[in-house]
Amino acid sequence: MEFISALLKSMPGAAAQGMIWGIMAIGVYITYRILDVADLTVDGSLATGGAVCVLLTLSGCPVWLAMLAALAAGLIAGFVTGILHTACGIPPILAGILTQLALYSVNLRIMGCGTGGGKANLPISVDKYHLLISSRFVREIGVQNPIFVLVIFSAVIIFVLYWFFGTELGCALRATGSNQNMARAQGINTSVTKVLGLMLSNGLVALSGALLSQYQGFSDINMGRGAIVIGLAAVIIGEVIFSRVFHNFALKLLAAVLGAIIYYIVIQIVLRMGLSTDDLKLLTALVVAVFLAVPYFKSTYFPKRGKEVSSSC
Amino acid sequence: MLMLNVHNIVKTFNAGTVNEKVALSGLSLTLADGDFCTVIGGNGAGKSTMLNAVAGVFPVDSGTIAIDGVDVTKLSEHKRARYIGRVFQDPMTGTAASMQIEENLALAQRRGRKRTLRAGITKAEREEYRVLLKILDLGLEDRLTSKVGLLSGGQRQALTLLMASLVRPKLLLLDEHTAALDPKTAAKVLEATEMIVEKDHLTTLMVTHNMKDAIAHGNRLIMMKEGRIILDIRGEEKKKLTVEDLLEQFNLASGGEEFANDRMILG
Repeated sequence: MEFISALLKSMPGAAAQGMIWGIMAIGVYITYRILDVADLTVDGSLATGGAVCVLLTLSGCPVWLAMLAALAAGLIAGFVTGILHTACGIPPILAGILTQLALYSVNLRIMGCGTGGGKANLPISVDKYHLLISSRFVREIGVQNPIFVLVIFSAVIIFVLYWFFGTELGCALRATGSNQNMARAQGINTSVTKVLGLMLSNGLVALSGALLSQYQGFSDINMGRGAIVIGLAAVIIGEVIFSRVFHNFALKLLAAVLGAIIYYIVIQIVLRMGLSTDDLKLLTALVVAVFLAVPYFKSTYFPKRGKEVSSSC
Repeated sequence: MLMLNVHNIVKTFNAGTVNEKVALSGLSLTLADGDFCTVIGGNGAGKSTMLNAVAGVFPVDSGTIAIDGVDVTKLSEHKRARYIGRVFQDPMTGTAASMQIEENLALAQRRGRKRTLRAGITKAEREEYRVLLKILDLGLEDRLTSKVGLLSGGQRQALTLLMASLVRPKLLLLDEHTAALDPKTAAKVLEATEMIVEKDHLTTLMVTHNMKDAIAHGNRLIMMKEGRIILDIRGEEKKKLTVEDLLEQFNLASGGEEFANDRMILG
């Protein structure tokens, strides 16, 4: 009984964290599902978003401006990866790893701004600064509850992306991910669309980092470690559970957010059951590996018959 | 008036390595406005390479390519796309499988135009596409929102053909676009090709492995060997052409080495 009540108490926190990571998962969805690239930049750009947001807020910026700056920083990170990939011909995974590594130093520098060196974390107190969300209010009822703010945030982001991917430019981006040869044959500059997709994705990831740093009250050099795996976990969990009912594009993005929430709820459960936080990353990696492997196993070892499309007109 | 003017182009793959292959060796070709030219030749003759060079898939080592008087030699593939419609051998290549039929058409409708934040597809377009698909007679007009990945190879090739001609191209490039289809479907796609080329009076280059098709379609026929054109038949002469004539010419040109090979293809 005690277990259940403790678990229930931790649910609002899990939901809030899940939604913050859900925005990150939408970013991952753009690269992994739409652009068909696994972009590892996000491990770095999440922390960049947090660092920029906290630094600017501490130096007196209004929090919305700090978050906008974090978004911009993410766009730049994505741009760098995009240029490394398209203009320099580096495979996308490697391009992402390079940017991610470089961002480690950049993030230290951002957080150490004004100290003359680097800094591994930067605390910010919700008592002294006017933050948009904080974990302190997660069980309160009212507009300052982070869940309330995050629901609105996610809804706006999903709406804007739904609109964008229906435009000519958005369609071009989707075509690039679906079939590059076709895209070029239809006059689409696939280098431009790839860079654009990577920018959009990392912008969202950095924004998620900005929210996360406010929520937890600090930014940290390691806050993005393994972020890509958590993002993938959210995307995949969302797809596995909701793909049969969610066909609309906006709903698919929503599925990624819900996937992230479910992920955090499950994490809460296993932690309450006695799993050490030290083992969390191992568990996450295992879960994602299994979910990625299942479709392959299905198609390789248990092929469905009668699925071949007949070639007659 | 010249719609296509390919002048003395050379393309060598893997230059300077043991795998060096001269794919195009000083190839020249001109097409007049409205020419429908079929292209035949043995494996490795450079047929697809020629089409890809014209489309800008890779830069050529030397020579020039002009479309309707515009030098496109230095233009990238996506920039040339405004002049060129293409259908590929592999039905998977010409369409975006994870997108809807109407979305694919809408992408093609915007070929050669700047893509902005306007709607990716409009209501008026949907109606237009429904009418156009109806003409193709493949039952696709009621499936506008189906994913292209669900279509058969023949349906996809017909759709790609429609996409290639949606915005009238100055040049239509067909790279063995019926080779991956069964004979019945291939015939149907060829019929659709003939219809679209005729209706829009398109200047067309069609590569084929099938000599009968090469003879039956178009007003011109060229044969390629070792990256060059070795035979160019047009007008009345082409109308009288038979498969036997062609085989003989082929033999003469290739010294008999590829005869057996093409016999098999003819079946």
